Amino acid sequence: MQLSGRGVICVRGGREVFSGLDFEAGSGEAVAVVGRNGSGKTSLLRLIAGLLVPAGGTIALDGGDAELTLPEQCHYLGHRDALKPALSVMENLTFWADFLGGERFDAGESLATVGLDHAADLPAAFLSAGQRRRLSLARLLTVRRPVWLLDEPTTALDVGGQDMFSGLMREHLSRGGLIIAATHAPLGIDSRELRIGGAA
Amino acid sequence: MTALSALIRRDIRIALRVGGGALIGVLFFLTVVVLMPFAVGPDLALLSRLGPAILWLGALLASLLTLDRLFMADHEDGSLDLITMSRTPLELACAAKALAHWLAAGLPLIVATPVLGLLLNLDMVATGAVALTLLAGTPALTFTGMIGAALAVTLHRGGLLMAVLVLPLSIPVLIFGVAASQAAIVGPMTFGAPFSILCALSLVSLVIGPFAAAASLKHGLD
Repeated sequence: MQLSGRGVICVRGGREVFSGLDFEAGSGEAVAVVGRNGSGKTSLLRLIAGLLVPAGGTIALDGGDAELTLPEQCHYLGHRDALKPALSVMENLTFWADFLGGERFDAGESLATVGLDHAADLPAAFLSAGQRRRLSLARLLTVRRPVWLLDEPTTALDVGGQDMFSGLMREHLSRGGLIIAATHAPLGIDSRELRIGGAA
Repeated sequence: MTALSALIRRDIRIALRVGGGALIGVLFFLTVVVLMPFAVGPDLALLSRLGPAILWLGALLASLLTLDRLFMADHEDGSLDLITMSRTPLELACAAKALAHWLAAGLPLIVATPVLGLLLNLDMVATGAVALTLLAGTPALTFTGMIGAALAVTLHRGGLLMAVLVLPLSIPVLIFGVAASQAAIVGPMTFGAPFSILCALSLVSLVIGPFAAAASLKHGLD
């Protein structure tokens, strides 16, 4: 499986964020997208996720499921956690598992892995920022997608949480998945660096 | 199918929990209708003549009251991103969300109608006619209102814009809804003609609404 971008141009609000960007990532590979604030890290992830339309260039996934589009094979973990405060932790997770579909794993086990099994019946409104991030990670474990697009994934996670997350990423890569992560902090795994928008 | 029923169940559950929008609409409907006799005066004949129009206006405004949050809440917490990326076509997801909104916010209005009809001196036949026209007409309000809700997300403007965009679209529904109710109560028109047009309006909006809303959401991706 090979994710590649050729000459990708991103325009936001009439301003060219970056242009002529080439990148590649294969199975089992993690790419850390680095660059200063406003250089277009989040925009790149949203372009891959199909949430932005490139002004030029192509982004394609070779060797994935031919029946599915690229965004359908991606998990996107953005700044916003896509959680409903009125629903419990378990309800939030099972909703996304039901809605996203595809190969599915036990939601209770995923919660245990991210350390939220004791809070399964708690409304999501009462979760801390770090716990919300853990619940979002549980979504990536319950529903399997080969491509993980992670935007500042370690924000709000404590040291233990970051170690746990590094382990999850290593496991995902060993299954042949690939990871594109926009980050300022080290990911804690072997990764290739993709620098956009000049020096940080 | 699992995906759509999961989306419908989630939206209904959120609407019915504390802080959800389902009861706000009914309370607003109740307030408007209860206040009306005080404004119009205790003339029973006048009240029963105005009754269907008052009920329809109340239901129209109540159903639009919570509609602007239809996509905005999902947009703000990032759920809309995941819904857009998913394997479910966005048009179907939009239709499911509108259906959930109608079940949680529109259906209670129809259930409340017989009670409120008493306050307006409407007899059994009149109340039944209004409830039946609301049942046929409120889906049109929800599904055309959904287009406004999607535009509100795209243009980053809530509330007021939504009302300005959606109210003109709901005028035909209001006209034929009230006309059908009046026809059943006083005549001389037949009930069937305006009621059929009302049903047609609902069916057309069921088809057009999801596509227009999804197109608006896709256009507004950012």
